[in-house]
Amino acid sequence: MITVEDFITKIEAEFDELEPGKLKPESKFRDMFDWNSINALVLIAMVKTEYDVTITADDLVKAKTVNDVFETVKSRV
Amino acid sequence: MALSTLNGIRMAGLAACVPKKVVSNRDYNWIKEKEREQLIKTIGVETRRVASKGVTTADLCVVAAEKLLTDLNWDRSEVDLLVFVSQSRDYLVPTTACIVQDRLRLPHSCVAFDVGMGCSGYVYGLSVVGSMMQAGHFRKALLMVGDISTLTTHYRDKSTYPLFGDVGTVTALEFDPTAGPMYFNLQTDGSGYKALMIKDGGARNGLSRQSFDVKKVSDGIYRSRMNLELDGVEVFNFTLREVVPNIKKLLTYSNQTLGDTDWVVFHQANRLINETLRKMLKIDPAKVPYSIKEFGNTSGASVPLTLLVALQDALRQNRNKLLLSAFGVGLSWGSALLETNTLCVPDLLEVD
Repeated sequence: MITVEDFITKIEAEFDELEPGKLKPESKFRDMFDWNSINALVLIAMVKTEYDVTITADDLVKAKTVNDVFETVKSRV
Repeated sequence: MALSTLNGIRMAGLAACVPKKVVSNRDYNWIKEKEREQLIKTIGVETRRVASKGVTTADLCVVAAEKLLTDLNWDRSEVDLLVFVSQSRDYLVPTTACIVQDRLRLPHSCVAFDVGMGCSGYVYGLSVVGSMMQAGHFRKALLMVGDISTLTTHYRDKSTYPLFGDVGTVTALEFDPTAGPMYFNLQTDGSGYKALMIKDGGARNGLSRQSFDVKKVSDGIYRSRMNLELDGVEVFNFTLREVVPNIKKLLTYSNQTLGDTDWVVFHQANRLINETLRKMLKIDPAKVPYSIKEFGNTSGASVPLTLLVALQDALRQNRNKLLLSAFGVGLSWGSALLETNTLCVPDLLEVD
């Protein structure tokens, strides 16, 4: 069973600029840090490596919050 | 299923030539420092080699081939086949391989032709050359793989400009009945052809004044229809979807495991893609060499360039079991499994 807390810990491990504990399920990606296509690739790579799930550019455009992305990942595990 | 086995073909050596001019991504002022540092760290490209105006892929390949032919002490009259794999040919017409055949003073009995492939070009080229040699009882062959990619990227396109570097390589192959098998698994998905393309200048769209109009695509990305465009996320997801199953099928087909290989050499797409593949396959980092930091993504030639710059000593001295995997533009991808034995590998060459 995967949890959103675990998902957040894994994201924090990938992005140096995120202070631990600052990212919440309701946080909007675009407010948290400079969102760009490299960040998108890092997130896609983490999700593929850790959960063996593919998320697309479309998924990331539709997802507003951390929890939105988490729900997409969870539904495909 | 395009799985195949070649017998009796030995890799004899390989050489590569890069332009002398080094361009550092730390000087790439089109993007701000923070993004630049993130790009260098994540994509993994610090410096790239950039060809001077008028220097072509064939020029680099010819320098590499002259050196390799000399070091191998090959009789040029025995070279029966020359294949030039590139997306940056000398002219629209004729075939670059014909011009190169003459420049290298190869005999008229030599088969010479181009294969217009990019990222996956080295494994495709090995398969094409090896198959023709096996069928035709050819003695010796030269496989040239290279690209001048910096000619087609736009400075104001952050998704392509800092990524690519230029190189020309040549690999020598010869008939040897004692040579062990080479295994291949080659694949294609042309539905993704738009993920990496140059829209104008070919027969489909032709060429007009508008072909050179530079337009904004998104933040930090400006280009014309004569520039290379790259859909990074699309290519990324294609790679993560296809490459691992392709390698696993090749291993099953050849009845081998990753543990049997000495080195796993990936096309140098970008560091993040390659590290993700390595983690998915659970390969020890010490077995996965890189050249992307110093040379960038060098298109189809990235596999032989990495072999040369990272494994030169090992290839010269020992037997090495290599798993090669290359993927990208087309979309086209493939893997090869082969064993080398004391290759002739001259030092990296440079030209102005």
